[in-house]
Amino acid sequence: MSKVNELFKTELKVINMGLKSFSNELKHQGVTVLQVDWRPPAGGNPKMIELLNRLKDRK
Amino acid sequence: MIEKLIQDANDKVLEIMQSSHPVLVGIGIAGEVIPGMTKKTLLHAGPPITWDKMSGPLKGAIIGALLYEGLATDQEAAEKLAASGEIKFDPCHHHSSVGPMAGVVSATMPVWILENKTYGNKAFCTLNEGLGKVLRYGAFSSEVIDRLKWMENVLAPVLKEALELHGPVDLKVMIAQAIQMGDEGHNRNKAGTSLLIRELAPFIVKTSFSEEDKAAVLKFMHSNDHFFLNLTMPACKCTLDAAAGIKYSTIVNTQARNGTEFGIRISGLGDRWFTAPANMVKGLYFPGFSEKDANPDIGDSVITETTGIGGFAMAGAPAIVQFVGGTPKDAVNFTTSMYEITHEENKSFVIPFLNFRGTPTGIDIRKVIETGIMPIINTGIAHKEAGVGQVGAGLVYPPQKCYEDALEAFVAEMEKEGII
Repeated sequence: MSKVNELFKTELKVINMGLKSFSNELKHQGVTVLQVDWRPPAGGNPKMIELLNRLKDRK
Repeated sequence: MIEKLIQDANDKVLEIMQSSHPVLVGIGIAGEVIPGMTKKTLLHAGPPITWDKMSGPLKGAIIGALLYEGLATDQEAAEKLAASGEIKFDPCHHHSSVGPMAGVVSATMPVWILENKTYGNKAFCTLNEGLGKVLRYGAFSSEVIDRLKWMENVLAPVLKEALELHGPVDLKVMIAQAIQMGDEGHNRNKAGTSLLIRELAPFIVKTSFSEEDKAAVLKFMHSNDHFFLNLTMPACKCTLDAAAGIKYSTIVNTQARNGTEFGIRISGLGDRWFTAPANMVKGLYFPGFSEKDANPDIGDSVITETTGIGGFAMAGAPAIVQFVGGTPKDAVNFTTSMYEITHEENKSFVIPFLNFRGTPTGIDIRKVIETGIMPIINTGIAHKEAGVGQVGAGLVYPPQKCYEDALEAFVAEMEKEGII
């Protein structure tokens, strides 16, 4: 717990994956933030994910 | 096992694409040189389509071609003939050909003849008419037909003789050079057109035609920045045709639109088309026109993107954003994002601004579906009604459904073969 508190006492540099609104909120508060353009594979479409998996070797 | 089969097949497709070497060898008459062409065959852009489903600009170009061929004397007679079933409509792509926008080719039209020097296959394309009221955008007024007749009777014969004096023109080298001069080979062809003029001008002046005809030919080429487009397209076509039908490959071999539907074909799935309704183009409109006037995406010119140039090479053509919209930074972003969905970097077409990095080449349907990044296309916008012509230019993506259906069919094919 104490380590987390130490983190918030220093200047935060954030990498945000997912919803862009999270990074926008931090930007408004003057936090350095890098937004990663991340989307779930196949946009989360289960049928397409299954098809892609069929073309992968079974490990 | 399946991963290696696909990897090896895709490597093979890219090896063929990279080693293909398109050269311009001459000019011929469509009915004499294009395989399967007859007096009553009309080729068109995109996947197969029937008259009743054709969009305004494609119908307009069909009407114009029937008038040009003397098969009809007015619009009404042309429409009646087109609907009668007497005319055979077939995609350019089924005849080693490509056509920008409506892409209509009829029997007596002159066509460029290209050869893939490495693999021996040929490709054909009409000569570019310029912008505005032209057949490929569905215009068919007397000025359009008169220009086509001049192209048949003066432009093509002069260039044919000039080419005979010059010998084959190395288009791979010329396209590579044009891309380093700010073209991307689809909507910006200023450099390519200039290089072609520089190459052919000394031979045009040596032809046996009148001074007036020779000057008119040079002026026509000079006044049309897109003149070279009808050479980049068949150069890409003979490159991709050589890489078609490679079993187990997931690389896109064709993307094309007929103004109603967008269609793709996959190297490992043979001649099967995967189609979906064509999207609307987002872009800049000529004065007096707006989105309300636009037809959905149309033309075979997306063969440039399929080969790794066009929209995929926009980082090297920042000036194009004045024509299709966006900023130079957008142009760079479009190119860099295309590396996410392609197999490798082009060895011949490189972009100085990206430290001479090769353009993203060989679209892999698996990567498109996995990332959700669709191929970027920059393109002209046709008016939705027959007879008007071009109204703007912009950017568009293929419908995702084409890619989803292709992936599903590919998996089904692998299941059928017992591989998965």
